[in-house]
Amino acid sequence: MARKLYELAHSRAGDKGDVLMLSLIPYEEGIYEALREQVTADRVKHHLNHIVKGEVTRYEMPNIAALQFVCQGALLGGVTTSPGMDTHGKTLSYALLEMEVDL
Amino acid sequence: MLKIGSGAGFSGDRIDPAIELAEKGKLDYLVLECLAERTIALAQKRKKADTAFGYDPLLEKRIRSLLPTLLENNVRLITNMGAANPVGGAKKIIEIAEEMGLRVKVAAVIGDDVLPYILQNRESFEFNPKLSESVPILSANAYLGASAIVPAIETGADVIITGRVADPSLFLAPMIHHFGWSTEDFNLMGKGTVIGHLLECGGQLTGGFFADPGKKDVSGLSHLGFPLAEVQPDGSALLTKLPGTGGALTLRTVKEQLLYEVMDPSSYVTPDVVADFTTVSLKEDGDDRILVTGGGGKEWPSELKASIGYDAGFIGEGEITYAGENAIGRAELAGVIVQERLQNHFEEITVDYIGVTSAHRGSFAYKGRPYEVRLRVAGKTYEREKANWIGEEVEALYTNGPAGGGGARKYFNEVVGIVSTMVPRESVKAELKVMEVKTNGA
Repeated sequence: MARKLYELAHSRAGDKGDVLMLSLIPYEEGIYEALREQVTADRVKHHLNHIVKGEVTRYEMPNIAALQFVCQGALLGGVTTSPGMDTHGKTLSYALLEMEVDL
Repeated sequence: MLKIGSGAGFSGDRIDPAIELAEKGKLDYLVLECLAERTIALAQKRKKADTAFGYDPLLEKRIRSLLPTLLENNVRLITNMGAANPVGGAKKIIEIAEEMGLRVKVAAVIGDDVLPYILQNRESFEFNPKLSESVPILSANAYLGASAIVPAIETGADVIITGRVADPSLFLAPMIHHFGWSTEDFNLMGKGTVIGHLLECGGQLTGGFFADPGKKDVSGLSHLGFPLAEVQPDGSALLTKLPGTGGALTLRTVKEQLLYEVMDPSSYVTPDVVADFTTVSLKEDGDDRILVTGGGGKEWPSELKASIGYDAGFIGEGEITYAGENAIGRAELAGVIVQERLQNHFEEITVDYIGVTSAHRGSFAYKGRPYEVRLRVAGKTYEREKANWIGEEVEALYTNGPAGGGGARKYFNEVVGIVSTMVPRESVKAELKVMEVKTNGA
């Protein structure tokens, strides 16, 4: 069944320069494996293709059942010089949670 | 056991939770982290205008409300509110203490300012991202580590004030001092850094920036309590907050904060250590109590990161709202009109439709029409007058644009850009300046 990540997991966005970090933390640790299989770096890059201009790297944190996505070139130059509305990209955690997975 | 409270997570943070921690937390140390990347460049600008300034603009307010409580409860304060001028900040604290009739010893940690060194060797640095030769540099600050702060603690100072230091180092330093840890025990440096990293954003650990009604509910956010850690000599810690305060400290809030602003969780680089977060283990130990064990680290990096602030001109912005039938159609027409008026005069004009496309750049817009839309137009320029022009054109939509536009606002801001570079450790020498009010005045 197709379900939005929003139903299954939570996320917080962070920034360093023009790099956006997005955590993905399942509410139930038991679905960590399923998310690990489906929410790949490639899928996230595709999902955020209007926002992330560079590479997406995924880090796995089985110790806390969480994934971390590090997205290059995602913040219109970064918080200090971005002409955008959300210069930190703090709202972008909810862009990740718009993705659908089959679960 | 060592008790450290986190009383501020950013420059504009609330003060009440810090006062409550100082009063009731039975703390050994209270840490206030108040220095964002661009804050120090802005502070440098203020210092240029008047050499007595350049410390955190909220320093006076924070110290006035906290100092009596801190001294009364024997809680030592560690803060980076020195910003571009830790000595100036220390002098201000002394002045406040004298005025309030308080005895206090203040140690300022200096040496992070590497502006002369960067300017002298400008050609040899690689800036990330690139910084053109002609761009005026305003500030350059290396990130100092815990070993720059420990000597300040050793002086017995009640207040330790720094400029740019790595945020977790503000918390690691008292652990090193209290437990007598060797700074070359990278496993312990890593564990302490994990705890520092979790605490450094204040309320973000205890339910701030977390709530999502119906999904992630958090109660009592209006009186959100900030976190404290009870650190053990082996580098493990119990994270908690004061009873009766709002917020929540759960596995979920701690997980979000553990990954916050982290690039590679197996290599979190500070001046003290390359910390490993992939071996951290979290366990619930009752309400609002999380045990943190594990974590570790490898040897510190051979170079230190430095943040360079540069003058990036001005940004001008204007906003106006459209509502009701065809709000989006009229907002889009307004956007086109302003863009046509400005486009030949700016490198880039950003047009956002707040309520539709402004945050996620048009991705994932929901079906259906928004009832109201706010047009936002923004552009950057090195000319102050031109930056103002953007807001003026948006405001002029009142009589020169589509029907029914309201609530126009214009904004104008100086832009300070930040790039980073690496500097050799040897180029950075941390020093101390200690000052004291010895007798109760007044």
